[in-house]
Amino acid sequence: MSSAALSVGSLAAGYGGVLALKDVSLTAAPATITVVLGANGAGKTTLLRTVSGLVRPRAGRVLVDDTDLTGRPPEDVARAGVAHVPEGHGVIAELTVEENLRLGAMSWRRDGRNTGRAARAAAVAAACDRFPNLGRRRHKPAAVLSGGERQLLAIARALLARPRVLLLDEPSLGLAPRAVRQVMELISQLRAESGLTILLVEQNARGALAIADQGVVLSLGTVVATADAGTLAADVALRHHYLGY
Amino acid sequence: MSRHLGAAALVAILVALLSIRLTQFRDFQMAQVAVYVTAVAGLTVLTGLSGQISLGNGAFMAIGGYGTALLLLHLAWPLAAVLAASAAIAALAGALVGAATARLHGPYLAGATLLLAVALPSLTYKYPGVFGGEQGLNVTVSAPGSVPLTRWQAWITCGCALLTLVLLANLSASRIGRNWRAVRDDEVAAALAGVNVAWARILAFVVSAACAGLAGSLLAVTTGLVAPTDFTVTLSVALLTGAVIGGLGSLAGAVWGSLLVVLVPTYATDVATSHGLSSAVGSNIPVAAYGVVLIVVMLVFPNGIQGGLRRLAARVVPSPRRDEPVPAEMNNTAVRNASREASHEEIPKTPARRRARGRIGGGGRRLRLLEHERQQQLGRADGLGAGDHQQRDPDR
Amino acid sequence: MLEFLQFTLSGISFGAVYAAVALSLVLIWRGTRILNFAQGAMAMFTTYIALEVIRGTGSYWAGFAVALAAGLVFGALAEVTVIRPVEGKPPLNAVIVTIGLLVLVEGLAGIIYGGQYRSFPAAFTVTGLRAGRSPLGISWFDVFTVLAVLAAAAALAAGFRYTTAGLRLRATAFDARIARLLGVRVGRVLTLGWALAGLLGALAGLLISPSTFLYPNSMDSIFVFGFTAAVIGGLDSPAGAVAGGLILGVLLSYAGGYLGSELTPLAGLVILALVLTFRPDGLFAGVRLRRV
Repeated sequence: MSSAALSVGSLAAGYGGVLALKDVSLTAAPATITVVLGANGAGKTTLLRTVSGLVRPRAGRVLVDDTDLTGRPPEDVARAGVAHVPEGHGVIAELTVEENLRLGAMSWRRDGRNTGRAARAAAVAAACDRFPNLGRRRHKPAAVLSGGERQLLAIARALLARPRVLLLDEPSLGLAPRAVRQVMELISQLRAESGLTILLVEQNARGALAIADQGVVLSLGTVVATADAGTLAADVALRHHYLGY
Repeated sequence: MSRHLGAAALVAILVALLSIRLTQFRDFQMAQVAVYVTAVAGLTVLTGLSGQISLGNGAFMAIGGYGTALLLLHLAWPLAAVLAASAAIAALAGALVGAATARLHGPYLAGATLLLAVALPSLTYKYPGVFGGEQGLNVTVSAPGSVPLTRWQAWITCGCALLTLVLLANLSASRIGRNWRAVRDDEVAAALAGVNVAWARILAFVVSAACAGLAGSLLAVTTGLVAPTDFTVTLSVALLTGAVIGGLGSLAGAVWGSLLVVLVPTYATDVATSHGLSSAVGSNIPVAAYGVVLIVVMLVFPNGIQGGLRRLAARVVPSPRRDEPVPAEMNNTAVRNASREASHEEIPKTPARRRARGRIGGGGRRLRLLEHERQQQLGRADGLGAGDHQQRDPDR
Repeated sequence: MLEFLQFTLSGISFGAVYAAVALSLVLIWRGTRILNFAQGAMAMFTTYIALEVIRGTGSYWAGFAVALAAGLVFGALAEVTVIRPVEGKPPLNAVIVTIGLLVLVEGLAGIIYGGQYRSFPAAFTVTGLRAGRSPLGISWFDVFTVLAVLAAAAALAAGFRYTTAGLRLRATAFDARIARLLGVRVGRVLTLGWALAGLLGALAGLLISPSTFLYPNSMDSIFVFGFTAAVIGGLDSPAGAVAGGLILGVLLSYAGGYLGSELTPLAGLVILALVLTFRPDGLFAGVRLRRV
């Protein structure tokens, strides 16, 4: 698996005296969706936070396209091509929709593509066209958006960073069923059209497995199962025991 | 209670013996440190226990000091009664200020109290007939028998400082102290657990103002004079500095902080004058050095001197508790309490306290969950800094 | 009636300076949640530098420019050296560090320049303006003071709104964690915030020193009233800082003029108490989330 877009090896991390991640390893191939499942407190959010640099690992490695990002601060990880949409979307409500989007397109890494001011503005405009609900209110503060629209804004903003790896933390949390479907559709589209590697944390195991290629089940900070999504969805005992459906 | 009293008695004997051996000037310095300990300990309770900042406790000292001068001048009460009355007057002022600022937090409270410290002494200029204007008022006390006056002043101030420390230690271990901590950690949870938040906050101001009033009274007694220049903002700032530098977690910190605030400038001045520096340079080097000390101590000991000493002690004698395995599914509250445990070890853990903490902590957790939902609606996390966030907002 | 006009106009002039100090405090507060008690002392020091340059070159504007540049540098330097280590620590630690910085800078000024009062030149004439025959109580320099502060505030507002750096600053102020996740180098942004605050402070020092004289403590009371203005306006609101400064300046001018100058601090306390009684987070506080 040398062609992994994201590779996490024996990662351990925690808060104070508590280890929320004890020993987590996973690899994700390019242009795949890996869904991370598990009960509350299993360490899913901590895994994403450790990958994106918000939490410093106590042990282990984080590699993105063979670049070692272990223990780097979040701004460096972001500039290396990892976009993290945190739990609760992280839209800055006081800024306008457009300003949120501009923030996304602000820290492009130099990879040969045009990084000029005009290119950024064009990318923001393109995002507004793609998500007309956002485009229509681009000059309004993000606070006026609904929960589902904010989640879309957060994802759109993450995409504007031109990431190689996208980390999504419970994008469906607190959304109405219709919005949940929209978000899930968008995620599976992204993989198809842009070759993005996505690490998705979800409570909604059934819906997430339906769009994922691979599933990883965490319990108390360790990996208890890694398999392709179909296999996991078919494993009734595992589902009952860890996923609750 | 008896443990605190025993320790205080021991220190009192030591102080008495020491004061006899010391020169007049050292006796005076000892008295000064004791004055600061009295005031800083009160501020440690206000800021460290109840979580309210005050940049205005110098104003309460002014009230105590002028109260003492006026009582001695016009009524000629015995000294003990004057000290008690001065503390009581300051406590009353503390109640007023506490009530007026009960809704203020952080920098808003700092601003209001800072302006109090600036504004109050200006009254003495407005009413020079009563307060003696710029010259101030004289305060004369006499020592009994053949005891030298400075030694007598050192005894009085040290005795009052010790008494204050004992009373505050007992207070902080009592239900009132628990309520203050609860209010400091989480006002809403404390309210849900049955704590009257407004009263707790006002009471903390009353206690701290009483200490400052007593300290101001003692200052008047030791210097023999009260004047507006004794009670400038610099004094209020020095008190807060002493409390934070010493370590807000415990009353012992108040002693360290007072020693530093009183002795570093004096020591630096001694060094500067003994090297025969010119007056402009000589009088300002101590000031600059004091600034450097403040910055360095704060950077080296983020939890104050007492916190630093404790950390050093822990390194020498490793505590077994730290190596205990902690289950990964420990919740938010448990983590917060665990970290809190580390910073406030000085209070004995009684079963009652554990119960109170459990109850309050539980309320906090529920509330944090509610708060989380609200934040989602409003679309942002709280305004804590990034580093803070990592520590305080673990995996849910 | 003429008296009232005079008090109002000179109040606006002083208020503009308070506004500049308040704005510098707000800039720092929004970014780092730190109150910089050394803001006034730093401004005092840059004004001494201006005085040196003016004496050396004979040009007021050279001194003016150098002082502003020095303010930028000092602000950035303070953030990088002593503030960075206390960011994210208990808030009172930062308070004590900035108090330490205040004491250090005032001590250094005393060592280098001595404690005596020095007069500081004004950019324009300080002789009083007149409307017809009646004196207005202000000079062309007061007019310049107000215009300079308003221009600085407007430039800052435009920079916040229209530049990339401004957007980064605002994003960091609202949510530093999210800003970092988007690749914003928050450390640099905070340094920039402190630098801009240093510049505003330096401006305040240049504008006030002709009327207060210059000595190591000369900015202390200006800082206190600037801080008061920031609290009145609401520490999260740059517009509030400007409004708070002007309101405080005018009201204090009335208090000083009608009741006697020794009551100015007390009047400040009363104004602050009144405002905070009805608006505990200042006049311009937006919807704020309670931190639990």
